[in-house]
Amino acid sequence: MSRPHLLRRSSTPAQQSSSGATNTETAQYTQMNRDLGQRLGFAMLGLAALVVVVPILLVIGTIVARGMGAISWEFLSAMPREGMKAGGILPAIVGTLLLTAGTAIAAIPVGVGGAIYLAEYAGDTWLTRAIRLAIINLAGIPSVVYGLFGLGMFVLFLQFGTSILAGSLTLAIMSLPIIISTAEEALRAVPVEFRTVSASLGGTRWQGIRNIILPQALPGIITGVILGLLRAAGETAPILFTVAAFFLPHLPRTVLDQTMTLPYHLYVISTQVPGMPPQIQYGTALVLLGLVLSLNVVATIIRSYYRRRRQW
Amino acid sequence: MVTKAERQMTNDEPLSSALGLPSKIRIEEVSYSYSGKSALRDVTLDVPAKAVTVVFGPAGGGKTTLLRLVNRLNDLVEGTQMSGRILLDGQDIYASGIDVPALRRRVGMVFALPLPLPGTVRQNVIYGPRLAGMRDPIRQAETIERSLRQAALWDEVKDRLDDPARALSGGQQQRLCIARSLALEPEVLLLDEPTSGLDPISTAKVEESLYQLKQQYTIVIVPHSVQQAARVADHAAFFLMGELIEQRPGREMFTAPRHQRTEDYVTGRFG
Repeated sequence: MSRPHLLRRSSTPAQQSSSGATNTETAQYTQMNRDLGQRLGFAMLGLAALVVVVPILLVIGTIVARGMGAISWEFLSAMPREGMKAGGILPAIVGTLLLTAGTAIAAIPVGVGGAIYLAEYAGDTWLTRAIRLAIINLAGIPSVVYGLFGLGMFVLFLQFGTSILAGSLTLAIMSLPIIISTAEEALRAVPVEFRTVSASLGGTRWQGIRNIILPQALPGIITGVILGLLRAAGETAPILFTVAAFFLPHLPRTVLDQTMTLPYHLYVISTQVPGMPPQIQYGTALVLLGLVLSLNVVATIIRSYYRRRRQW
Repeated sequence: MVTKAERQMTNDEPLSSALGLPSKIRIEEVSYSYSGKSALRDVTLDVPAKAVTVVFGPAGGGKTTLLRLVNRLNDLVEGTQMSGRILLDGQDIYASGIDVPALRRRVGMVFALPLPLPGTVRQNVIYGPRLAGMRDPIRQAETIERSLRQAALWDEVKDRLDDPARALSGGQQQRLCIARSLALEPEVLLLDEPTSGLDPISTAKVEESLYQLKQQYTIVIVPHSVQQAARVADHAAFFLMGELIEQRPGREMFTAPRHQRTEDYVTGRFG
């Protein structure tokens, strides 16, 4: 019986995996304990991977199954009516898009600029070490604390009021640690030789960064930016006191207006309004999920496009 | 340790005057250390103009460090200390107020490994001139052809100028890197084991182009073998453990070295 086993072992990986049903059989006939142990190990690892995936699929599946019925053109394009129990969620969608855009405008230049400074210019001094430590700790601060900071800093002290401006700035500060640390990593991953070569050809440090380093690090930077923005787009606590409106039957007109937003709207209709049809709740969750996931897909496409052009 | 007296005995006459050539680079009593570890000790060396000067010796002798000091690439490294002076045409390149990018355009460098930048062959060659402000496409095209011809690469890549530089073979990539330096029309070309990763045919091509280039350029090369050193040297300087042991015209260095350790190395007794 060892002959077919030998044949199987010499087969290609593709064939091996297709013969998975007979694997246990083979192990019985031969004394390949190591083989068995290895299979067991892989099985456990596969199980662990499955455990990660199952809840995600369940969450998405539940929301899609229960929320799909609510999605209609009216739901996406109309104002809420009858105490938000009917009509659409347009102001919340628009509000979230505006906030995300505002966050991007505020966070990208500062975040990428800071990363370039840390990775390319700043040496390893106590000051830069303190800055890095601060950034890491900033990422660990609970989001409601950012909300309170935004309230104190932007709403009250700078007198922006409860507004898109104050909310965007608060979210920008919250997403900065992610943007800076991933962008810095991406810059550091570009081989140091490119900097040396650029310098040896009479390039200034900035010319090397602009022409070589930054383009090469772009996929990683984009990843960081989108991750940071996604986190901001889905947050509730930081916008609670800085921008979010309970109910606003019109779209914001200036950056100093309040606005409804998807995460806060979801919170409101799930906990604050009695007798809310579940379909609307799940529908709102589905729209938020769809928005976040589609941003994610866009990020992946941009990243893989640039990665294919990368040359090291 | 080589004592100062001993060195003066072996180098009683300046190298360039012995060859009747003007000195292009003068390295004066240069000592250099990385984070406390000494890499060069009290090195004084004259590099004659329009000739090939070979800087050779066993690994760890400070040859690469010396090259990187001449175009100030070691500025990029932190925690280093240098004393002494390096003069290019009589001007101290470490004096304050020196335009370092401009210096690096005058003193080109080719590294041990071919390191093409991301992008096409054309973009690689024109990178330096473009940063220096060359915008005119006609001048760019002329520069590209001239540099690639000088590096003996033009015939192989003239139809592939817009291919990624990475698509070239290793030998072609290294000649591309030479062309990239030549595009800036430097006065001095520093080559740090430029043929270490190359096959014999590519090596011969690179050496052949060196022979052409020395009509116009001052060349300092760290060779990848003693044989190569002997083949290309007009002048030679032998480095051991961060010290310059002796500097002589090439023919004498490899046929009749004065210093025992040089002879041992040249004849293959160590290294």
